[in-house]
Amino acid sequence: MTEEAGTESDILVEVRDLKVHFPIKRGILLDRVVGHVKAVDGVDLSIPRGKTYGLVGESGCGKSTLGRALLQLTPPTGGEVRFDGVELTTLPAGKLRTMRRRMQMIFQDPMSSLDPRQNIESILVEGLQTHGIGTDRDDRRRIIGETLDAVGLPRWALSRYPHEFSGGQRQRIGIARALVLGPELIVADEPVSALDVSIQAQVVNLLEELQDNLGLTYLFIAHDLAVVKHISDVVGVMYLGALVEEAPSDRLYSEPLHPYTRALMSAVPVPDPDVEDRRERILLAGDLPSPANPPAGCRFHTRCPWAQPTRCADERPALRDIGGSRVACHFAERIASGELRPHKVSVQIVRPEGEGGAPAVVSAPTEPGSYV
Amino acid sequence: MALLQVDDLSVTFARRGQRTVHAVDGVSFSVDAGEVVGLVGESGCGKSVTSLAIMGLLPKQPGLRVGGKAVFDGTDLLQLDDRSRRDIRGRDVAMIFQDPLSSLNPVIPIGLQVTEVLTRHRGMRGEAAKKEAADLLDRVGIPDPRRRLKEYPHQLSGGMRQRALIAMSVACQPRLLIADEPTTALDVTIQAQILELLKDLVRDSGTALVMITHDLGVVAGMCDTINVLYGGRVVETARRRPLFREPRHPYTVGLLGSVPCLDAGPGERLKPIPGSVRDLLAWPDGCAFAPRCARRIDECVGEPPELVLAHDGRSYRCLNPAPVPGTVPPWATGGRAATDPATDAPTAGAAAPAAADDATAGPVPAPREKEKP
Ligand SMILES: Nc1ncnc2c1ncn2[C@@H]1O[C@H](COP(=O)(O)OP(=O)(O)OP(=O)(O)O)[C@@H](O)[C@H]1O
Ligand SMILES: Nc1ncnc2c1ncn2[C@@H]1O[C@H](COP(=O)(O)OP(=O)(O)OP(=O)(O)O)[C@@H](O)[C@H]1O
Ligand code: SF4
Ligand code: SF4
Ligand SMILES: [Mg+2]
Ligand SMILES: [Mg+2]
Repeated sequence: MTEEAGTESDILVEVRDLKVHFPIKRGILLDRVVGHVKAVDGVDLSIPRGKTYGLVGESGCGKSTLGRALLQLTPPTGGEVRFDGVELTTLPAGKLRTMRRRMQMIFQDPMSSLDPRQNIESILVEGLQTHGIGTDRDDRRRIIGETLDAVGLPRWALSRYPHEFSGGQRQRIGIARALVLGPELIVADEPVSALDVSIQAQVVNLLEELQDNLGLTYLFIAHDLAVVKHISDVVGVMYLGALVEEAPSDRLYSEPLHPYTRALMSAVPVPDPDVEDRRERILLAGDLPSPANPPAGCRFHTRCPWAQPTRCADERPALRDIGGSRVACHFAERIASGELRPHKVSVQIVRPEGEGGAPAVVSAPTEPGSYV
Repeated sequence: MALLQVDDLSVTFARRGQRTVHAVDGVSFSVDAGEVVGLVGESGCGKSVTSLAIMGLLPKQPGLRVGGKAVFDGTDLLQLDDRSRRDIRGRDVAMIFQDPLSSLNPVIPIGLQVTEVLTRHRGMRGEAAKKEAADLLDRVGIPDPRRRLKEYPHQLSGGMRQRALIAMSVACQPRLLIADEPTTALDVTIQAQILELLKDLVRDSGTALVMITHDLGVVAGMCDTINVLYGGRVVETARRRPLFREPRHPYTVGLLGSVPCLDAGPGERLKPIPGSVRDLLAWPDGCAFAPRCARRIDECVGEPPELVLAHDGRSYRCLNPAPVPGTVPPWATGGRAATDPATDAPTAGAAAPAAADDATAGPVPAPREKEKP
């Protein structure tokens, strides 16, 4: 582990005003751009070397897009991404490829990213060859052997195929594939969301152990707040493409400042009956608005129980420092002090995206549905 | 007599040329009127098959065998013919699924689907049925219900669809509602809305609720009694507080050690269960959890462990249960435990009395000892 963050060189990743807008196309040839999905819309963050930055938020808020844009897997529409001092957005393709080795990604469902026809050995060798790692076959063997040990897979796994493994083991394979290249940064996109709780804990422990031993830096993306809080040093909360709060992970739980964070924290079920009975839930009204048509002003104002008649609907709050956290709310201090009280919010209907008309092809409901 | 008494329920799927799957292997539990009962366990432990069997909704495939009993108010649901079962379903017993889209008919407006239920089971028609349907949608928190009646399921968000499905399920004020992972597909703020709604419905109408989930946090917040399933059997049953405060079955202990606590301090490692649910011992050959169990003793293999009835409606299926904090653990007297006593000593005030330290097999790095604040 590195020392406390402070000097410039301790920052491995620096993201400035990052934007990813996907065009919404219409017309027969899909040649008409009728708008943009602002999946990521102005995100600033930095990740200190050897630390874990957790990213949480509800489905569709842009977490995966941010992770992919950071690695330049999705080209950003605007903004800067500096990795170890090198600006990636303007880097020529060849140089970017050599940088790729130092930043890897692991996914929620490793099955979808592992070629089912390749055995584990060839999956791992492939990466080494692409990046020209290892002097000869024996050297590659050695690297692969060490990686398998590190992720807790037996040597016989090498000759097997992905479908022969359980979910937890597949995730270990996904981690091995990233790790074999010796990366410094790993972007983990929902790496444990598809796993059973007992297996989830194994993988979380593995990731922590690897970080301790290898000094890895993580961007850990998940919607499970308890897992994110557990593994992260700093957590960023996203809402509709932007960060609404960023805080050290304990503080996010003990003193959430943004109204959305408060609601999120109060909504997480906790496996402790005493906590469950004691806590006060802040129930949000309605659904997440569409990122194609985000509310003006504070994007949370349509659901915010503290929304005020002034500023909230027409002025987008910037992230500001408040006592060591960064918060994007005009009224955070007055909400924290208890001066402003929450009020009732009426529900606004939100349509599911891209499903405007009646379905063209319809399949009969599956058996369980026909119970009425 | 409980409202629903499930007794030794078993479901096997046999296919020619394939291994017979014992999806449910002797599940017993009961539900009283007005009670919320949880079924928790990891994927494949038989939660959904249990509920589908009770509802008579298992796919009618050759090789399907259902045994045991599920007595609802004096009638064994498993013995009913299709007709009488359909009558009970929807009227007395209703079910909510994880994926509301698959349970709603995509080509029929929501309103019509709700009024259909009202017509079928409560004989309501026309304007009266429409009004009642709108009231139901309103009650589950769907805004502008009159307008929503004309909309199709795909026009609603996931959370709104789940509300619509709940509205249909409670349309006939069923006495028993079975919810199979009703919020698993939803975001946490929407999950909180739906759980709150279910709690209100149960409180207001006295409906008994069977809550099926893999999320220990969800059961901690709403269940009166909890059944923990493993490998198709209930391995521990307890009231909510005792279960979380002093879990006895090593699997329950392991589950609780696996989930991170929101209020835990930094730097604490989780305590996973080694191996995976695939490492099952068949129940007839001993305890199904034995391959992963840190408290395993020789007697655990050979014969399935009997159900031990403890006080206060509590029971567990284990030969060497985790000690209750403050009592003398078995290793101190008999020394039967396979684990090292030093790692097994109950820590003061610990929620998990016996650290499920994985001395056993499994490609898992040994977790560190954790002291709860
Ligand atoms: N390639 C793409 N083209 C168009 N729109 C996209 C594309 N990828 C993502 N989006 C949209 O961008 C928004 C953010 O998506 P993203 O996958 O980043 O969300 P997320 O936070 O990762 O959600 P989840 O928790 O569901 O994974 C969504 O509205 C999504 O529909
Ligand atoms: N139609 C079927 N044919 C054969 N096997 C089945 C069938 N349905 C379920 N099973 C098997 O029965 C077992 C129990 O399945 P079930 O769906 O009840 O698990 P579950 O506890 O609901 O898991 P999850 O948390 O993943 O929903 C699994 O091993 C599953 O593969
Ligand atoms: S700026 Fe206004 S609407 Fe936005 S979070 Fe703060 S109080 Fe709520
Ligand atoms: S101690 Fe024995 S009976 Fe109890 S869970 Fe472990 S293996 Fe099963
Ligand atoms: Mg995603
Ligand atoms: Mg299921």
